[in-house]
Amino acid sequence: MAKMKTQKPVRPPLFDRIFPPRILSVGDHSVQKPRSRGWLIALVVIAAVWGSVVVTEFNLGIIVKRGHQFTVILAKIFNPDWSYFSNVLSPLLDTIKMSVMGSVIGSTLALPFAVVASANINRSGAAVAILRVLLNVVRTLPTLVIASICALIFGLGTFAGTVAITVFTFGIVSKMLYESIETIDMGAFEAMEALGASKFQAFWSAVFPQILPTYLSHCLYSFEINIRAASILGYVGAGGLGILINERVGWRDYEGLGTVLIALFAVVLLIENTSQYLRRKLS
Amino acid sequence: MQKAINPIEEMYESKPRRWWFYTLVILIVAVILGWSANAIKFKGLAAKGSEVAYGIVFGITHPDTSLLFNATKDGVVYMLFETVAIAVLGTLIGGLLAVPFSFLASENIMPKWAAFLFRAFILLIRTIPSLVWALVWIRVTGPGAFCGVVTQSVCSIGMISKMYINAIEDLDTRILESLDAAGCTRFQKIRYGILPQLYANFVSTLIYRFDINIKDATTLGIVGAGGIGAALIQCINSRRWSMVGAFLFGMIVLMLVIELFSTKVRKRLARG
Repeated sequence: MAKMKTQKPVRPPLFDRIFPPRILSVGDHSVQKPRSRGWLIALVVIAAVWGSVVVTEFNLGIIVKRGHQFTVILAKIFNPDWSYFSNVLSPLLDTIKMSVMGSVIGSTLALPFAVVASANINRSGAAVAILRVLLNVVRTLPTLVIASICALIFGLGTFAGTVAITVFTFGIVSKMLYESIETIDMGAFEAMEALGASKFQAFWSAVFPQILPTYLSHCLYSFEINIRAASILGYVGAGGLGILINERVGWRDYEGLGTVLIALFAVVLLIENTSQYLRRKLS
Repeated sequence: MQKAINPIEEMYESKPRRWWFYTLVILIVAVILGWSANAIKFKGLAAKGSEVAYGIVFGITHPDTSLLFNATKDGVVYMLFETVAIAVLGTLIGGLLAVPFSFLASENIMPKWAAFLFRAFILLIRTIPSLVWALVWIRVTGPGAFCGVVTQSVCSIGMISKMYINAIEDLDTRILESLDAAGCTRFQKIRYGILPQLYANFVSTLIYRFDINIKDATTLGIVGAGGIGAALIQCINSRRWSMVGAFLFGMIVLMLVIELFSTKVRKRLARG
């Protein structure tokens, strides 16, 4: 090679420049032992905790004094009112439908965006960076906020919830997907491009089969999360179990709340186990 | 009989054909989709729906700067600070509470049936949405940031324990045997045999959960548990879009910064 890379001397981190490492020597050998950073980390953590305690008015005394209130409510929740179950069924199905539709639409939309946002397929660094920032911004929006805005735009009901779940799924699936696209073997893709295949053809037959199992696994994972996320969306008027949760708590009917939660628990358990079984098969 | 011409074609001929399996999967998915689609009816925009959509766009492009850079208790900065404070305390307390639970639910420490019981309990904590936890705790603590802290301490236990358990079950016990052979006491075995194996993993889990808790804390305010959520939802419902824009802007910046920081620290922890 004509040009040798000049090795830049590695600059030690700021901490080591302020507190230079101790030099331990045995005979004519010597090693640098960096000073412990433990006390600095401890100091930061203590300061953060102290600041948080002041801001949040943390007071353990309240819990000790009024803790029995909590056990009273818990006892009622674990003594569910089964006659209420007939009212739970329809919103429960709504919640499941919302998360199915949201997961499917969201993860379908995520596929093209994730492909364009992966640095090994899209060679334009600027485009990748801009797209990733946009995807990050989508991911930071809380689902409940999206749902409450959607409820204002599309009216109360399951449609608003579905849109919110779609946005949420889109955010997480596209991120997980571009991260896994970047770990695949690009040999086949390059070989096909060298043979004259278009970028899309090369992607379709060299990359897609590699990412398909991971992609499906990500979709199932997001579906697992979505069931739980969808269950509270009704709180802001977006359909599903959240409406009942809001109503039961408002009426202080904790036995009814217990029924809602137990039905949710059963569904989550069923769906998580099925999806984990399928994901094990996929990998 | 026709002979295969070359090995490539031979391989191609012998590849498994599972068309019935694929058809079945596609059928099942189609049925589930059709069943779900009937609940989701697009009824057009709500009355003034397009006005709302326009308002959102307007608000985000014209955030209320006097609110955004207001350093008093009603400003965005203080509310974000409160949100972070809730997440810091909630994550730390949740992380501490999760330690005993996860040791009790690990199959290599406890008998199988006991581990299973504790796992079911952890799953129960995880399933109940944090909003419901907040609604229950609010009866105890009253509205405010303190309620948010207690809520997050409890509902963080679920996910943190799940990750801790994985770390504990991956413990290399041969190290303990060699420490035993070297004549270490029980305390020394824990200090030099177990803690170094768990430490990086536990801290990484905590930082990951902190990331989630920050996001969660922004919505807990909707039920009155402190943080930025209460004011945000009020502004959305009263359609003060430039204030909504200011809140969203602050939240997005905060979460991008925290995520950047947490990925960096977790990468360093994973490298060791």
